Amino acid sequence: MSASATPLAVEYVRILPELVLSIFGMAVMVLDPLIDERRNQRTLGNIALLGSLAAIIATLYQSQYPGPGFWNMVNVDAFSVFFHFLVTTVTAIVILTSYDYMEVQQIRAGEYYGLILFGAVGMCLMSSAVELVLIFIALEISSISTYILAGFRRRAAISSEASLKYFLLGSFATAFFLYGVALMFGATGSTSISVISQVLRSGQIPVLAYAGIALMFVGLGFKVAAAPFHIWTPDVYEGAPSPVVGFMSTAPKAAVFAVLLRIMFEANAPGRLWLIWVTAALSMTLGNIGALVQDNVKRLLAYSSIAHAGYLLVAFAALPSGGIPAAMFYTASYAAMNVGAFAVVSHFASAGERYVTLEDYSGLGRRSPLLAATLTIFLLSLIGIPITGGFFAKFYVFSAALQANLVGLVIIGVLNSAIGAYYYLRIIVMMYMREPREEAPVPAAPIGLRAALTLTVFATIYLGILPGGVLEYASRSAAELMRQ
Amino acid sequence: MLHLVLFLIFGVVCVAGAVNLLVQSHPINSALSLVVVMGSLAGEYLLLGAEFVAAIQVIVYAGAIMVLFVFVIMLLNAGAEERTRGSRIAVLFGIPGLLVGSILLAWVLVARSGSQAVPVGALPGPPREIAMLLFHDFLLPFEVTSVLVLIAIMGAVVLAARPEAIEHTKKEG
Repeated sequence: MSASATPLAVEYVRILPELVLSIFGMAVMVLDPLIDERRNQRTLGNIALLGSLAAIIATLYQSQYPGPGFWNMVNVDAFSVFFHFLVTTVTAIVILTSYDYMEVQQIRAGEYYGLILFGAVGMCLMSSAVELVLIFIALEISSISTYILAGFRRRAAISSEASLKYFLLGSFATAFFLYGVALMFGATGSTSISVISQVLRSGQIPVLAYAGIALMFVGLGFKVAAAPFHIWTPDVYEGAPSPVVGFMSTAPKAAVFAVLLRIMFEANAPGRLWLIWVTAALSMTLGNIGALVQDNVKRLLAYSSIAHAGYLLVAFAALPSGGIPAAMFYTASYAAMNVGAFAVVSHFASAGERYVTLEDYSGLGRRSPLLAATLTIFLLSLIGIPITGGFFAKFYVFSAALQANLVGLVIIGVLNSAIGAYYYLRIIVMMYMREPREEAPVPAAPIGLRAALTLTVFATIYLGILPGGVLEYASRSAAELMRQ
Repeated sequence: MLHLVLFLIFGVVCVAGAVNLLVQSHPINSALSLVVVMGSLAGEYLLLGAEFVAAIQVIVYAGAIMVLFVFVIMLLNAGAEERTRGSRIAVLFGIPGLLVGSILLAWVLVARSGSQAVPVGALPGPPREIAMLLFHDFLLPFEVTSVLVLIAIMGAVVLAARPEAIEHTKKEG
């Protein structure tokens, strides 16, 4: 803890990516009315993209100055840098996929890009915050911006419905989290994770701490769409604009998983094992069974994201040494494949999101071979086929769970992966083995989307062929996290 | 002893106000019950030795925010709500769950944490100490809140603007 009355310069470096994102977010808002209407959307998109790229650079710069900042509110370590990098990269890719969607759907660009950048501020802060009050505020920033983004298709009633549902249920979940924080403060006398950790490790655990952990877990479980707090997911994903779904199914989730990792492992949460066991098993099973009967691709991917939250939670039941790196690797590879999948879905859906049912995908392999091939790679990765990131993600999670002797959970997980393969393959079969209903070729992907898809395909394959580098980094940051 | 009695009285009034808020069908009645909740909470804060927070509670919540609530309700001219019978699952599981939860919590608070109880006035109460907390120890969360407020304003603008209005400004621009 720094004893000075004002923060040191290096402490500002420790929140540099957040500062950069905020400044660019405000720039987008201020410039919005000043720019000529016709070029408005693209220019603002460029500024936002520049902002997210600057934030990536700021993250890399920041990684050279690890340590606490602002009186132990934030802590920059390898762990936080990993999630900062993930969130800012996802932000950049989502902005790339949004360019043409915005024009087709006639969405106001100023608020849209502003909210994405400000949302990223919250998500970045969540991954470096080590104090529950700051985590709460950051969580709210990220949540509220996604509530609003979900309602951006103003002409579609379904979008407003999604926004309102998400907002009401999300606020309810936030109240649970806040109550959990209050009980935790009551039990340990502090909201700082390191102090809580000391209290919980020093002999007798206060009974209130169990209640605190359980309530915080309810709040965070809602945000990552883990069963039984998942009911909102399909409706919201169906109604929200597709690029936004790509964003909110990955970046905020990654940030919440970072918070969960800190609370569960660093604070050595009591009662962690059975809490996670039940939630993970339920999420995997309900997610996969729900996905089997969906005809709408966005709803299908919504259920798939519930199932994937379940696989990821399996890692939380494992030992810290294996569980933390496995969860980090899973978050990264899931982000790559899911953002990519939604980018394809959003391009194919075209104006007004007309083409979103499974039937519409029939014959896509003939109408647009490249787009279909890209989607196939993402879907294979979601199944967990070797040479894609999804394979190693599942492999590491399940082997971490086996090390912790969670045989039952691993059996449930593997069975669920087999069920999952069915509905992902159904989309692939539709694309390649059915006659197209319309002969017209799908319009070629614009440059921004092409760049985004190239990046995500590259990341998916890279994580599937050379997972060693990322895993080693994740293990190192896990060791650092547990040493504190 | 007087302290405990006052604390209980304020507590009962607060919970009664909260229940009444939910039961009333006319929004104005609910809003006025909320004033009661906020006011009695301020009393509780005062009894706990947090004078400053109590004053802020009265000025900001019971005062400013409630006036805003009442104004909005009157501007919208909101009538009595229609009542549905509610979800059966919520009644079946919710009420027993609530009872079990609150009994459990009360038991924990009464039976288990007696030794760790914090005496009244031990936590920061005067404005000076609050200021030290807010502008020193919790400076970053305090500043970050401004981003939160900014997002809330943007959200209000986005959701309140009609789609036609967007079209209109487009043509003019």
